[in-house]
Amino acid sequence: MVPFAYIAVATPEAAIRRTAEGRGAEYVAGGTDMVQLLQEGVRAPLELVDINGIAFDDVSIAIDGIRIGAMARLADVADDPAIRERVPVVSSALQESASPQVRNMATVGGNLLQRTRCLYFRDATTPCNRRVPGSGCPALEGQNRINAILGGSPRCIAAYPGDLAVALVAVDAEVLVAGPTGERTITVENLHRLPGDAPHLETVLEPGDLITAIWIPLAAAGRRSHYLKVRDRTTFEWALASAAVSLGMNGDTILEARVAVGGVATKPWRLRHVEEMLVDRRLDHALARAAGERAADGAEPRGRNAFKVTLLRRTVERALLQIGGLA
Amino acid sequence: MNVPLAKAVGQPVSRVDGPRKVTGHARYAGEFDVPGMLHAALVLSTVPKGAVAAIDGEAARQVPGVHVLVTHENAPRLPYRRMAQRPQVDAQSGDQLQVFQGPEIHFNGQPVAVVVAETLEQAVHAASLVTVTYEEEEASTTFDIDRGKPPSSGNEKAGRPAETSMGDADAAFAAAPVKVEAIYTQPREHHNAIEPHVTIARWDGDVLTLYDKTQWVDNDRKEIAHVFGIPEESIRVVSPFVGGAFGSALRTWPHVTVAALAAKVAGRPVRVELTRRELYTSVGFRPHTVQRVALGAERDGTLTAIIQEAWGQTSAYEEYAEVTLDPARNTYACPNVRTRYRLIEMNTNSPCPMRGPGVATGLLAHETAMDELAVALGMDPVELRLRNYAEKDQHKDLPWSSKALRECYRIGAERFGWSGRQPEPRSMREDGQLIGFGMATAAYPAHRSEASAEATLFSDGTALIRSAASDMGPGTYTSITQVAADALGLPVEAVRFELGDTDMPFAPVHGGSITLASVGTAVEAACRVLLEDLSNVVRADPDGPFANLSADDLEWRDGGAVRRGGGELVTFETLLRGLRLDRIVGQGDSAPGDESKTYSSCAFGAVFAEVRVDPDLGTVRVHRIVGAYDIGRVVNPKTAHSQCIGGMVGAIGMALLEQAEWDERFGRVMNGNLAEYLVPVCADVRELDALFVESEDRIFNPLGVKGVAELGICGVAPAIGNAVYHATGRRIRDFPILPEKLL
Repeated sequence: MVPFAYIAVATPEAAIRRTAEGRGAEYVAGGTDMVQLLQEGVRAPLELVDINGIAFDDVSIAIDGIRIGAMARLADVADDPAIRERVPVVSSALQESASPQVRNMATVGGNLLQRTRCLYFRDATTPCNRRVPGSGCPALEGQNRINAILGGSPRCIAAYPGDLAVALVAVDAEVLVAGPTGERTITVENLHRLPGDAPHLETVLEPGDLITAIWIPLAAAGRRSHYLKVRDRTTFEWALASAAVSLGMNGDTILEARVAVGGVATKPWRLRHVEEMLVDRRLDHALARAAGERAADGAEPRGRNAFKVTLLRRTVERALLQIGGLA
Repeated sequence: MNVPLAKAVGQPVSRVDGPRKVTGHARYAGEFDVPGMLHAALVLSTVPKGAVAAIDGEAARQVPGVHVLVTHENAPRLPYRRMAQRPQVDAQSGDQLQVFQGPEIHFNGQPVAVVVAETLEQAVHAASLVTVTYEEEEASTTFDIDRGKPPSSGNEKAGRPAETSMGDADAAFAAAPVKVEAIYTQPREHHNAIEPHVTIARWDGDVLTLYDKTQWVDNDRKEIAHVFGIPEESIRVVSPFVGGAFGSALRTWPHVTVAALAAKVAGRPVRVELTRRELYTSVGFRPHTVQRVALGAERDGTLTAIIQEAWGQTSAYEEYAEVTLDPARNTYACPNVRTRYRLIEMNTNSPCPMRGPGVATGLLAHETAMDELAVALGMDPVELRLRNYAEKDQHKDLPWSSKALRECYRIGAERFGWSGRQPEPRSMREDGQLIGFGMATAAYPAHRSEASAEATLFSDGTALIRSAASDMGPGTYTSITQVAADALGLPVEAVRFELGDTDMPFAPVHGGSITLASVGTAVEAACRVLLEDLSNVVRADPDGPFANLSADDLEWRDGGAVRRGGGELVTFETLLRGLRLDRIVGQGDSAPGDESKTYSSCAFGAVFAEVRVDPDLGTVRVHRIVGAYDIGRVVNPKTAHSQCIGGMVGAIGMALLEQAEWDERFGRVMNGNLAEYLVPVCADVRELDALFVESEDRIFNPLGVKGVAELGICGVAPAIGNAVYHATGRRIRDFPILPEKLL
C-alpha cells in the first residue's frame, strides 16, 4: 500500500474540486472494492476523497421516474418498496449482489464503478493492460474462466463484474453526473467503455466527475422485469452469466423489450438484436429458445471461458421463460 | 455435594471456551500485546525459478519508521541443523526452505527480503519499494504425469510406498466379467482457515518467545531450535487458540524463522502476519493429484481386482507424499490389489496435509469408481459395499480393533431415506431440478502418540489440567475437560484445561485426529496418579477421616472420597484443608502399546448426499447430507456432530467449488484470495446431519475413542459426485464439479 492523503468532504462541490485537479485523488464511498485494491497494491491514489458525508442517499419517486441517490447503500435500495414493486429487476440484482455486509456498506454509485475481477488485474505481480497500460494481457491465454466472451479486445478481456448496472441497462436508466463544468446525464448503457486499445479507461467519466444519482424513467418502470444470475455458489459470488430482462407486454405479446447480460462481457451488455426478435411476438417456449440461441452471437470465447457461450444462451432463455411464468 | 454427579463424558457439553471466543477474550497468536513490537512485511519472489541477481533496498530504507531490511545479502547465517529424526509433519525427503540464506529461487512467492518497521503500513509500503531483479531459469510448472518419480526411501518408510501388490491384480482385472476404469483429478486445494498465520517473536537475550499459530507448540520449538542452533530450553512457544488450520499449522513454516530472524536483527520484538494471498505460497496446500482406478468384479459384485495409481504434486526442494492409496488397499475385501504412487516435482511451495490428507483424495477416486462399478453391475451402491465388506485390514493382515461400518450403512441409509432412490439416473425431479442421491464410504485410520499431562487439584475443590496440546476448533478444550471431570469425579465447571504452551507437559501434534486418544488418555492417567497420591496421603494422616484404610476401601466420586460400603462423602476441600495442602499435583503419561502391531484401528462412516442440479444451467446445490459414523466412544456428541458437519462443509467445497487456478507461465496460483478461491458460504449449506453408531474401542486406547476430524471430510465429496451422476447421468471425474462440466 502506498501512503495516501485522506480527506472527508461534505459537498459535491468540494469533492469535485479535489479530484478535478488531476493530482491523483480518487473518491471512496463504501470502500468495499477500493480498500481491497489498495491493500493489494492494485490501485495507488495519492489522495482518497471520502464522500460519505454527501447526503445523496434517498430513493424518490417523481412524476416521470425514480431517482436513486448515488450514496444510497445497496441494501437500502434493494429493500425499497418502490424499487421492489416497480423495477424488480433492480431489486433482485441488488439482493443477489455480494453479501449482506457488503450491501450494507457499498453505494450504488460506487457499485457501478466496481473494477473487474480478472485474476491478473487483481494480482499486482503479473502484467495487466488495465492496471499497467502496455504491460500485456496474460488472461488471453491464461486462467480466463471468469473473463468476457463479448466486447473483448486483443488487450483485455476482463469481464464487467457487477449486477446493478446490467439491471439498470434493462430499464433505460441514466446516471446523473456532476463535474467541474456542470451537470450532465449519461445512459448506464454508455457509461462504460469497451476496452479497445485503452482498457485502463473503464468509463466515460472525466476527472472530477461525480455520479450524484441514478434515474429510472417511469416508462421503463412500468414494464415487467426480471433478473437471473447464474453462479458457482449460491450467494456471495459474481455472475458466470446473468440476464436482466424488461418487457412491456400486452397480454402475452411483447411490445417492448430490453435484454442486458452480465458476467460475460467487458461492460454491461445489451442484446439489441435479441430485443428486436422479441418485439411484437408472443412470449412462449419457442420464442425464448430462439432468443436464447442468438444471445451469444458475436462471442469470442478464449479457452476456459468457452462454456459461457452455452451458459449465456440458456441463461437468457431461462430468464425469458421465468418472466413469462413459463419456467 | 451428595447428589451423585452424572458422567460428563457422553454429554453434549457446550464449548467451554465458547464464551471467551464470542466475547473476544480468547487471545490468538497475533493478538498478544508485546511491548516494543515492530511489524514485518515480506518481499516475495515473482519468478518460479532462478536466482536473485540484485536487490535494491535503498528506497525502502528511506521510508520513515523502517528499522531493517533483511535479505540473503545481510542476513545472519543460520545453522539449520538437521533433526536426528524428522517429525512426521515435515516432508520426509529434501530440505526445508532456508530463508535468506542464499540467492536461489525455488518458487514464485518465496520470501527474498523482509522489511521491519514501526507500523505495518510503513513496512508494507517499504516492501513495495524494494526492487528485485532475477536471473530466471526454466521452471517446472506443469503437472506432467510423465515426469512422475517414485517416492524416496524416507516416504516408503513413512507408509507411502511406490508400489504394493497382493495377488495378481492385472490378470484378475483382465479376466473380470465386469470392470470399470477411469482417470480422476483433484486440483490443488488450500486450507483457507479464517485466522491467517501469524508469528510474534521476542528475544530476551538468548531466550526466544514465539507467539505462533501452530498445531504443535513442542515441534515448533524443536524446529526453531534446530534452525538457529540453540537449545530447545531457551525457546518458549505460546499458542492458546488457533482460528482454524485444517493442517496448515502442523509444521513450522519459513515465516516463523523470518519472525525470529528479523527480531534478532532488529533487536526488538517482530510480528509477521501473512496476507491472504501470501498464505497461498507461504504455507502448504492439498496437492494436485491425478488417479487411475481400475476395478474388476464378478457379476454378483464380488471384487476381484483393484488397481489404483496416483500422481501427486510436490515441490522442487522437498518431497511431500501422502497415503493417497491406503483406501485402495484396505477399504474393501479383494484378493488382488495393486497400487502405484508417483510424485511430480514442480517449482511451487511444498504441499502439506490438509484435512483427511491422502485418504480424502484416495477415497474421492476410489468411491467414485465403486459407484461406477455399481452402475456397471446394475447393483445398489450400498449393496455393493456390503458385498465387499472388509472383515479385516487385508493390507496389514490384521483384525480391526473395532468396526461398526455395517451399522453405519444401515442407519445412515435409513435416516436418509435411501430406499426412496429410483436407481435410474435422471429419474427424479422436483421444481424443474434434477434430484440425485449418492453415497460413499468414509474411513480414516485411528492413531495415537505419546502424550503427557499434569493435573492439579486445589483446596477450593477445582482442578487445573495442563498439556501442550492445541485446539484448532474441534473442541479439545471441552472434551478434555469432560474426561478430566469424570476422572477426578468433579463437575465440568470445576475443571479448567490449559493448552498451547511449551512450558506445559509434552503433547503430540494436534493433527491426524489423534488428540483425544493421545492427550485424553494422558489426562486420565494424570488424574489417576493424582488421586492415588491423595489416597496415600489421606490414609496416612492419622487424624484424617480415612486413617488406616486400604486404597481399595476408598471410592473417589462426586467431588471427594467416600468409604466403600457406606459413610459420609468427604470433599476434596475438606481433605486438602485437613492436610494443610493448598494443592496436589499428578503427572501422567500415555503411549500406544503393542495393539497397533496386533490390530488395525480405523474410524468409519457411511455418507449419503442429495443434490439438486439445474438441467440447463449446470448448477449443483447440495440439498442435504447424512453421515453415520463409527468414531468409537463419543465423548461429546455436540462437538463431534459439529466436527462431522464441518467436514461436510469442507467437502462441499472439495466436490463443487475449490480449486487453485494455476498459471504455468508464472508458476503461480492466480486466484489467491477468498473472492476467487471459492469455499462454501452459508447458503450452500442446507441440511447436514451426523449420527453416531454405538461403538467403543478399548483395544485401541483406554478411553475407547477413535478420532473424528479427518473422517468428517472423507467420503463426502464422492457421495456428492455420485449424487450428481444419479441426478444427471453425467459422470464428472475432474473435480470440482463446476457448472460448465454439466452443460
